[in-house]
Amino acid sequence: MTARRRWTPPEQLVDWLVLFAVLITAWQLAHWWAGDVAMTTPFGTIAYSVKTLLSAEFWPNVWATFSAFLIALALASAGGVLIGGILGYHRLSGEVAEPILVGIYSIPKVTLYPIILLFFGIGIEAEVAFGALHGIIPIALFTMNAVRNIKPVFIKTALVMRLGPRELFFSVLMPASMPEVFTGLRVGFSLTLIGTLLSEMFGSRSGLGFMLMNAIGMHDMDVIMSVTLLLALFAGLINAGLLMLDRHLHRAPVQATMLGG
Amino acid sequence: MRVKRVTKLRILVLIVSFVVVELLCQFGLIARFTMIPPSEMVIGIVGLLLSGKLNEDMATTLSSVGIALVASVIVGFAAGVVIHSFRRVRRTIDPLLATYYSVPVFVFYPIFIVLFGLTDIPKIVIGFLYAVAAVVINTLNGLDRIPPVLVKTGRIMGMTRIDIALRIVLPFAAPYLFTAVKLAIAYSFIGVIGSEFILSNRGLGYSISYAYNNFDNLTMYSLILFILTFVLIINMTLHSWEKKLMQRRGFA
Repeated sequence: MTARRRWTPPEQLVDWLVLFAVLITAWQLAHWWAGDVAMTTPFGTIAYSVKTLLSAEFWPNVWATFSAFLIALALASAGGVLIGGILGYHRLSGEVAEPILVGIYSIPKVTLYPIILLFFGIGIEAEVAFGALHGIIPIALFTMNAVRNIKPVFIKTALVMRLGPRELFFSVLMPASMPEVFTGLRVGFSLTLIGTLLSEMFGSRSGLGFMLMNAIGMHDMDVIMSVTLLLALFAGLINAGLLMLDRHLHRAPVQATMLGG
Repeated sequence: MRVKRVTKLRILVLIVSFVVVELLCQFGLIARFTMIPPSEMVIGIVGLLLSGKLNEDMATTLSSVGIALVASVIVGFAAGVVIHSFRRVRRTIDPLLATYYSVPVFVFYPIFIVLFGLTDIPKIVIGFLYAVAAVVINTLNGLDRIPPVLVKTGRIMGMTRIDIALRIVLPFAAPYLFTAVKLAIAYSFIGVIGSEFILSNRGLGYSISYAYNNFDNLTMYSLILFILTFVLIINMTLHSWEKKLMQRRGFA
């Protein structure tokens, strides 16, 4: 089913509009079915989202979430690329570590949350740790495969041309593994964001996750729905951008890659 | 022989990390109220299992996970097949699937509590919502990989559509469906246990958070280790089965 996709932009646009209409209709129908107590209307939510964006109390929470998220992402990326690079380069360690990493990747990490809290206490440290814990393993796994799959002929050629270790790294190894590493970072981005938000929802005193839990406690559907909508839009837009870059790097269409929990 | 060496090394790594953590705990470098020694966790699990205190919580959580898992695999697989057969739908939905996991589904948990009451249903719905997208994505992935020549050959040989589906498409896509099931297991656990953390009155997640709130580290760590071991064993079983299938097909 990977026939050449020769579509003209207008058709794509029509599809998008149809999808948008279907989503809004489904939401409205769900609202009628579930009632005001469970769900706000699409237009009410959009209006309230705009109001939230303009309100003063929203931005400090955004800042709290994003500072934690960015630190977690930086740690997960640096750690993941480093670990993955070493494991990819040193084949034996890679073979020894891969199933262990896959095992850790596939366990439900929410279960570890109380342990994180005991080690780091409630606050930004726990959020960073939980976020980074979600992101680091997929990044390491993708990087490891990227480094492993570099064609040996590239390295041989580089050695024949007497490239130094630094040139070898910057002009051969890095560009050759870039597309796969980027896919890892894209997956890591989503997972780190989820981890940070979950951590805020389960225990914290500020941030968007905290705002959500507060709204859940007070049963403020307006806040729940509009913060969720804004988060989904933010994550969706960034993800779409990263996906485009990813496709560009791979020079081929990339399907939705799977994420682990 | 090399494979054997890798396995031995892997076991060695695991034992060494276990011993290191054990020693760190025993010598007080990690305080007892932060973490108890792993050996005590293992003894704790045995104690909890023998005492039967957990049976009810275990039944609640595992049955919720089971229902969410089965529902998500069936619905996700069916949806994947349908979406795959309409190219325009597929193209339009792909970006949605790619961003699905950036939305924290737990946010909708309170809505489901309002709709269904504080029963097991809201947890099951959250587990289902977490798992179903993974199944759809991997089904699509599997169906994408089928070489068109196989289907064409089948058609030339006069196979019916159903025959093609059962004898060519399904066997070829099977490994991806395995991945789908493995992910769905992890996600249903995440959904159900996370929901139990947030708000519930029974289940393993509830027991963990209850133990956490009462500084009962023994119960908490034993329960966490129990859940993780359980999921790991299921995954490893599926993995070895999957490997056998792959070997039979000649990819080893």
